[in-house]
Amino acid sequence: MSAAIPQILKQPRLRRALELTLGPALLILVWWIAFAGELVNKDLLPSPFATIADTAVAIANGEMIHDFIQTLIRVGYSIAIATVLGVPMGIALGAKDSVYRSLEFVIDFFRSTPATAMFPLFLLLFGLGDVAKIAIAAFAAWLVIVFNVAYGVMNARQTRILAAKSMGASNMRIFRDVIFFETLPQTFVGLRNAVSIALVVIIVAEMFIGAVDGMGHRIIDAQISYQLTDMYGSILAAGGMGYGLNLALLIVEKTIVHWSGK
Amino acid sequence: MNSNVAPIATGELEDGGAGMSRSSEPENTTLKDEARSRQKMISIRGLKKSFGDAVVYDGFDLDLPQGQFISVFGPNGCGKSTLINMISGLMPMDAGEVLYDGQTINETKISYVFQNYREALFPWLRSIDNIHYPLKVMGVPKKKRDERVEQLLADFEVKIDLNAYPYTLSGGQQQTVSILRALVTDPEVLFLDEPFSALDFEMTLFMREQIQKIYLKTKTTTLLVSHDLEEAVQLAEKVLLLTRRPTQVAEIVDVDLDWPRTTQITTDTRFVDLKRHCLDVFWREVKAT
Ligand SMILES: Nc1ncnc2c1ncn2[C@@H]1O[C@H](COP(=O)(O)OP(=O)(O)OP(=O)(O)O)[C@@H](O)[C@H]1O
Ligand SMILES: [Mg+2]
Repeated sequence: MSAAIPQILKQPRLRRALELTLGPALLILVWWIAFAGELVNKDLLPSPFATIADTAVAIANGEMIHDFIQTLIRVGYSIAIATVLGVPMGIALGAKDSVYRSLEFVIDFFRSTPATAMFPLFLLLFGLGDVAKIAIAAFAAWLVIVFNVAYGVMNARQTRILAAKSMGASNMRIFRDVIFFETLPQTFVGLRNAVSIALVVIIVAEMFIGAVDGMGHRIIDAQISYQLTDMYGSILAAGGMGYGLNLALLIVEKTIVHWSGK
Repeated sequence: MNSNVAPIATGELEDGGAGMSRSSEPENTTLKDEARSRQKMISIRGLKKSFGDAVVYDGFDLDLPQGQFISVFGPNGCGKSTLINMISGLMPMDAGEVLYDGQTINETKISYVFQNYREALFPWLRSIDNIHYPLKVMGVPKKKRDERVEQLLADFEVKIDLNAYPYTLSGGQQQTVSILRALVTDPEVLFLDEPFSALDFEMTLFMREQIQKIYLKTKTTTLLVSHDLEEAVQLAEKVLLLTRRPTQVAEIVDVDLDWPRTTQITTDTRFVDLKRHCLDVFWREVKAT
């Protein structure tokens, strides 16, 4: 009987599944020990199982799903706007070294400015509604995308461009058939960064800028009304959103930029 | 053997006709001038190129016959790549003129094979689409392209899975795809800059054989930069030896050996003599101050 367990462990799939569940299981165990052993003030830390149970209820009755989707939609809009405006601009900037260098400081400056510091400005410009939240997240994401795409264009392999040139390809063609693809890996790096930043900005905006829904609103609401299990569950769900978005983008990237790193 | 001991200026070559008009064509005209006038030439005049303070070319003249295989050999950093990049139109020259049988670079169909195939092929396209690409740029319709590519692949008995992406192929296969991509447009002049230097020895020998087959079949004017003297002599009808910078022609050596040239030829006494002569010129130029 005891020999059967190592036997099971030798199956690579099972082994991988075990490895994957080990981390979360450990986390729940440590959480539970801290809770049951009263290592942390009971008023600050609920039981992990109560949290999971309450979260399951919140998901089942659709409350959390509604907030989750609202946040996802806001992030989606910001990224869509940032991409549509950022990719062409990045390409245009990267195409001319001199243009990029003269704007580099401005881009770097605003990229380094905490987006949240600009909340008041955006509130002035766009009011308290969704538009302001999406605008500021889009702005922060846009800077990251412009920067990465421009960088990608400037670092495009010269040989491939020369190869296309030697075949008599026009500049337009070289852009569309060569530089665009050369830039894709770096564009995806920018895109993933942009999504993390947009998520942070949207969650914070939902907490403090007159939102009626969204994960940020849900977390701060649970905290104010002192519903600990809901707060913890919502934090975990927000984490799940960030992780899921990143993973989804990685999968899309692997499929589209199949040559990356080869 | 056609060994010109003193370095020849190209001007003299034109006047004396030393070796330049001796074409490989069978007809033996007694009228040298007539033969020369029919031989298409690549002529380079007054070529100048500097990188910052480094003068690479300063008034470089050269005439090369078209329809031949020409190897370019010279000291490291003397400007072999710079030369073929300029005369293929990839790099602007500071001054000078290059004419292919009286036509400018833009009026001539040229193809270029890069040393670094990994960075020259398009990894986002399948190998077959890489080969199609130059024709696409030229605006050739799909049906015609298919025919042409099929013909090309049949001509050279290509045994590579061309539906694969280039990065899944071996180095030699990738460079073969590069060469096919260069040949598909049926170029008038084919440039190769150390095309085999990233390959292992066995693959290099195989690729030399392939490039020779291609040349013998198409008789396309071919300019090969090589850092391997044996390769340079084995494959070429003429070896262009360059001096150190500022670079001039040290000598153009005729290689009058029979085709096809297998690896065995490299032990032939005529081959060995030719190679030694090239090496002598090379050392003389390297040591010259
Ligand atoms: N883009 C460039 N910028 C500055 N210097 C350059 C550039 N390209 C070439 N050079 C210089 O010009 C000279 C000739 O370079 P080139 O690459 O043509 O030499 P090469 O004969 O091909 O050398 P190798 O044997 O290394 O291939 C070298 O001294 C090189 O440093
Ligand atoms: Mg070189």
